[in-house]
Amino acid sequence: MEKFVWAFIVGGAICVVGQIMMDVFRLTPAHTTSTLVVVGTILGGLGWYEPLVEFAGAGASVPISSFGNALVKGALAEYEMSGIVGVLTGIFEVTSAGISAAIIFAFLASLIFKPKG
Amino acid sequence: MKISNKQKKKLTPAQQQYQEFAKQREPKRPVLKNCLKAFFVGGLICTLGQALQTIFITYFGFNKVTAGNPTSAVLIMLSVLLTGLGVYDHIAQWAGAGTAIPVTGFANTMASAAIEHRSEGYVLGVGGNMFKLSGPVITYGVFSAFVVSLVKIIIMKLGGM
Repeated sequence: MEKFVWAFIVGGAICVVGQIMMDVFRLTPAHTTSTLVVVGTILGGLGWYEPLVEFAGAGASVPISSFGNALVKGALAEYEMSGIVGVLTGIFEVTSAGISAAIIFAFLASLIFKPKG
Repeated sequence: MKISNKQKKKLTPAQQQYQEFAKQREPKRPVLKNCLKAFFVGGLICTLGQALQTIFITYFGFNKVTAGNPTSAVLIMLSVLLTGLGVYDHIAQWAGAGTAIPVTGFANTMASAAIEHRSEGYVLGVGGNMFKLSGPVITYGVFSAFVVSLVKIIIMKLGGM
């Protein structure tokens, strides 16, 4: 039960950071999400993102910053296995499910749904 | 629209005056209210993610690490479905970053771009524009992950960390 509370609080807090970037610094949503992904890769490289996931569960793994962390994680894990080329082959290793799912479902949606408004 | 200082110098005095005027008249954004909404909706989406993860671990035999994949896949599927039905964009209007920052926002940008451009054909329209809005996230994510990984590998080789 505690896990759910922390997921709510940490996930909400990351979204507030995004909202502040949009409202106070006047960034577009694309700039905001790109910045958060880059921040995620840096935190991942420093090894600080995994403890946050450990602590907050989905609160840290659902926001887009975790995409950056997962890219670094995949690249470094594959580097351990197969050397420097692993950085290239491993980069999408962890995020593959998310990206594939998004492409497949988005394509299916374009077959089924018509634009609204 | 923000204008850099360099561009500002090129404007005529009248244009500069207008910029000032427009700045004053721009409605103040209710930052605190928007942040509360973002916190509430973003938190709810993450809690839903946590619930899915718990279900996958308890009933489908995934462990903590592998449960992330089906969780994000289900969230993405829900988000695409709600986008197609036109519901997600209504929520997004209200919740701002609360729906844009979670992985569901990423799926929403892909699905909405795919649906919007289907009138231009399935290859050039849907295929070519699907990543129009979500492209920056992937581009900057991959490039910065590449740089961060290389830096980390070099530091590890030199005996640090």
